[in-house]
Amino acid sequence: MDFNILVGGAAGQGVDTVAKVLELTMKKQGVEVFSHKDYMSRVRGGHNFHMIRFADRPIYSHRESLDVILALDSKTVEIHSSQLSAQGVLVSDESYRQKISTGNALWLPLKEKAVEAGTKLTEGTVAAGAVLHLFDFDFETVWPVLNSLFKSEIFEVNRRALEIGYALTEPQFKLEFPESQPRIMVTGSQAIGLGALAAGLSFYSGYPMTPSTGIMTYLASKMEDAGIVVEQAEDEIAAINMAIGASYAGARAMTATSGGGFCLMVEGLGLAAMTETPLVIAEIQRPGPVTGFPTRTEQADLSFVLTASQGEFPRMVTALRDPEDAFYQTFRAFNLADKYQIPVILLGDQYLGDYYQTIPPFDFSALTIERAIAGEEVWKQPEHYQRYKLTDDGISPRLVPGRCGTQVVIADSDEHTEDGHITEAADVRVAMTQKRMQRLEHLKKEVQEPWVIGQTDPKILLLAWGSTAGPVREAIELLEEDYSIGALIFGDIYPLPTKLLTDLAPNVTMLINVEQNATGQLASLIRQEALIACTHSVLRYDGRPMSGQYIADRVKEVISSDERGTE
Amino acid sequence: MKEGQSKGLFDSDDEIAWCPGCGNFAILTAIKTALLELNKRPEEILMVSGIGQAAKLPHYIRANVFNGLHGRALPPAVAAKIVNPELTVIVHSGDGDTYGEGGNHFIHNIRRNVDIAHFVHDNQIYALTKGQASPTTDLGQVTGIQTKGNLDQPLNPLMLALAAGASFVARGFTGRPEHLVNLMKEAISHPGYALIDILQPCVSFNKVNTHGWYADRVYELPEEYETGNLSRALEKALEWGEKIPVGIFYRVEKPTFSDRLSWLTDHPPLVDRVWNPQDAERFLTELE
Repeated sequence: MDFNILVGGAAGQGVDTVAKVLELTMKKQGVEVFSHKDYMSRVRGGHNFHMIRFADRPIYSHRESLDVILALDSKTVEIHSSQLSAQGVLVSDESYRQKISTGNALWLPLKEKAVEAGTKLTEGTVAAGAVLHLFDFDFETVWPVLNSLFKSEIFEVNRRALEIGYALTEPQFKLEFPESQPRIMVTGSQAIGLGALAAGLSFYSGYPMTPSTGIMTYLASKMEDAGIVVEQAEDEIAAINMAIGASYAGARAMTATSGGGFCLMVEGLGLAAMTETPLVIAEIQRPGPVTGFPTRTEQADLSFVLTASQGEFPRMVTALRDPEDAFYQTFRAFNLADKYQIPVILLGDQYLGDYYQTIPPFDFSALTIERAIAGEEVWKQPEHYQRYKLTDDGISPRLVPGRCGTQVVIADSDEHTEDGHITEAADVRVAMTQKRMQRLEHLKKEVQEPWVIGQTDPKILLLAWGSTAGPVREAIELLEEDYSIGALIFGDIYPLPTKLLTDLAPNVTMLINVEQNATGQLASLIRQEALIACTHSVLRYDGRPMSGQYIADRVKEVISSDERGTE
Repeated sequence: MKEGQSKGLFDSDDEIAWCPGCGNFAILTAIKTALLELNKRPEEILMVSGIGQAAKLPHYIRANVFNGLHGRALPPAVAAKIVNPELTVIVHSGDGDTYGEGGNHFIHNIRRNVDIAHFVHDNQIYALTKGQASPTTDLGQVTGIQTKGNLDQPLNPLMLALAAGASFVARGFTGRPEHLVNLMKEAISHPGYALIDILQPCVSFNKVNTHGWYADRVYELPEEYETGNLSRALEKALEWGEKIPVGIFYRVEKPTFSDRLSWLTDHPPLVDRVWNPQDAERFLTELE
C-alpha cells in the first residue's frame, strides 16, 4: 500500500487545514505519512499544494504520481490532473468541471454542501470528508483530529461538513494498516527546535526569514514551558551578535536564518570564531542569490558557508538529512560547539524544514549535555585567568563571567594575547592562528562518515548530502534490481569525512553527485578535499525538490548516455 | 569603598594606545571612580565595546570584557545581561560606532530597555580611521574625505533616544569630570537602558570641536530642572550652539526587558538554568 494525495488551492482557501485533517487522521490510524508542502510567497491567491503520501512501510520522500487530487480551485485541476494515475480519482467542485486526460473525476457539489453545513468556508472540510471516505477511513478516528484543529465555536460546523462530504463518495481504495508502531509526525524545523531544547538552549535570537522561521516559531511556542528567551532581533546582524553575547555570558545560544540572512551574519560568524565563543547557527537554504525563490528549496549555499567570513578559522558544517537526523545532529552541534569553542553550522533547506514525516519518537535516554566549562581548578588559581591560554590541544579552559570567583573573562575580536588584550605582535599572531586551526584537526577525528545506502561495494556510486537523503534512498530502491548501485549521503560535510569515499571510489565505474544546485558544490568539495572527481552529475536547480523517482529517472539517463554504466 | 577595595582595583596592566591629551583618558578615570564609588568589583562588571578609539577602553580597566564588532556592541551586551543579570553591563562606544554603523541596534535596544548603561564617547569625528565625518560632525566641516565640507546634517543623539522611548538620557563633558562621574553613577544605577552622550575633544582629528570650544559652551542643567518631563527634555535636547546643556535630560522608570519576562520571574538566571535533555521529552507529546 502506497498512496499519494494532492490537496491544492489558492493561499487563504484552507489548503493547510484540509491537509492537516488528512495527515493527522492517517497518522492516528498508524500508517506512515510523508507530507510535502509547495507554497508561493504570498498570503492570498496563487497556487499552493500539499502532497500527502501514506503507506504501510516507512516513506522517505514525496512522489509525483497521484492517486487522489483534492482540488479547491480550477488551477489545481489544470496543473496537476496529468499526474493522476489511471485508477486515480480527482475530487473537486462541479463548478470546476473540465476534461481531464487521465483518471476519474468526481465533480461534487462541494460549495453547495458547504453552505448546507453552515458556511461556505467549510468547502475544504466537505472535500476532506469525501476523500477520507474514498479510503474508507473510520469516521470515529476523525473526530479527535477535528477537535484538535478547530476551536470549539467552529468545530460543530466542520463536523457537519465532514459528515456531509463523507456521504458524497464511496470507498475506492483498499487500506492495509501496518502493526501500529509508536510514531511522531514532525518537520525538520520542529526537529531542529526540539534538538536545541534538549541540548539546553536557553537563548535564541533570530530574524524571520522563510524557510527558517519555523524553527523560531517552534521555540517561541515552548518559551514559557521550557523557561527560555526567544527574542526577535532587529536584523540578522543583531541576531547573531546577541546569540554570541548570550553564549559568552554562559547560556547555550543559537540563531537560524536562510542564505540572505546568513549573508548579514557572516561577520558575526568570524566574531564567534575569533572570540572562541561557542555558537550554533542553522542555515535553512532557499534558492538565491538575494531574494531568489523565497518559499522553495535548493542546496546552493554549501560553498558559501564553507568559506564565509574573511580570514581563516575552524568551523564545523553538518548537513541535516531528515527530521530524525536533524534532531540528533542539532543536539550534538551544541556539545561540539562547547567542546571546541567554535561555530557549528547546521545546513538545512526548505524541503527538510517543511515536510512532515512519521518517524519513531526521538530517544532522549542516551543524550548528555557536555558544557566543557572549566571549574574551580581553573578559577581558584592565584594568577589572573587567561581566556586564550596556549595549551597542548589548542583549547583554552573556558570560564563564564560572574561565575568564576574574582577572575574576569576578557574576549576580543582583535588579534589578542593569551589574556585577551589587543596585540600586533607577530609571534602571538602565529601562535594564536595555530591554536585556532588546531581545532580543525580535532574535528577531523570527530566527524561522522556518510550514510551508506544500497550496495556496499557498488559499480555506480551516488554522492549526495543533506535533505536529498530520503529521495536518494528511494531512488536506490528503484534502481538496485537492475544495477550495481549504492550511495553515500553526507551529514557531516566539513571537515569532510573521506574514509568511506576513498575506500569505495577506486572500485566504481561511475561516480555521480546528486545535488539541488547548478554547479555541483559537493563534487567541488570532494575534488578539493579528497582529490576524487565525480564522473557525472544529477543536478536540479528549479527550486523544486527531487523525488526518488526523479533521481532514478535522471540516473538512468546518465547511465544510458555512458557505456561505462552498462559494463 | 568596600573593605578590600583599593584605588587601583580597576587598573588594567594593558598599555594604553590613545593619543596624549585624548578625552578618553578623562572618561577612563571617571568610570573607574564611578565604579569605586558604587562599591563595585571587577568581576561584577562586564564592559562591552565595538571598534573605535572608545571601544579600546574596556581593555584599560580590570573587568570582564567583550570587545566585539564595529557597530555591534549593543546586541551582545543586552544578551549577556539577559542571561547573566547579576553582571553590571556597561557599553563604551564612539559616535560612529553607535550612531553610524550601529544605528539600528541603538534604536531597537532603546525599545528593549535592557538594564545596561551606554556611554558614547562623542568627539564628532572618526578618530580610529583618522579624521572622517561621523554622524555627529557639523554640516560643512571639512575633512580628508568630506573635502567640500560635510554634506550631511548632524544627528541629534539625544532627540533620537528620546523619540525612541529611552528611559534615561543624559549628556556629559570630559571637561567636567566630577559631573561626569555623577552622571555615570546615575546611569549605572538606573534600571533600564541609560544613555550618556559624552562630549569629548579629539586632539588629533577634530580641530573645530576642541576642548576650548566645548568648555566655552557647556553649562549644567540647573538643579530645579525636572527630569521627568518629555516635552521639556525634547526642548532642551534641541539646544545646541552658543549654549550646550549637560546633565540628565530625561529619566523615568519603565519596566525593563527582564521585568517583561513574566514567565521567568521565579526562575534562576538563565546562566544557572538546570536542565537535562530528558526534560525536553515532554515536548514529544504534541507530535504524537
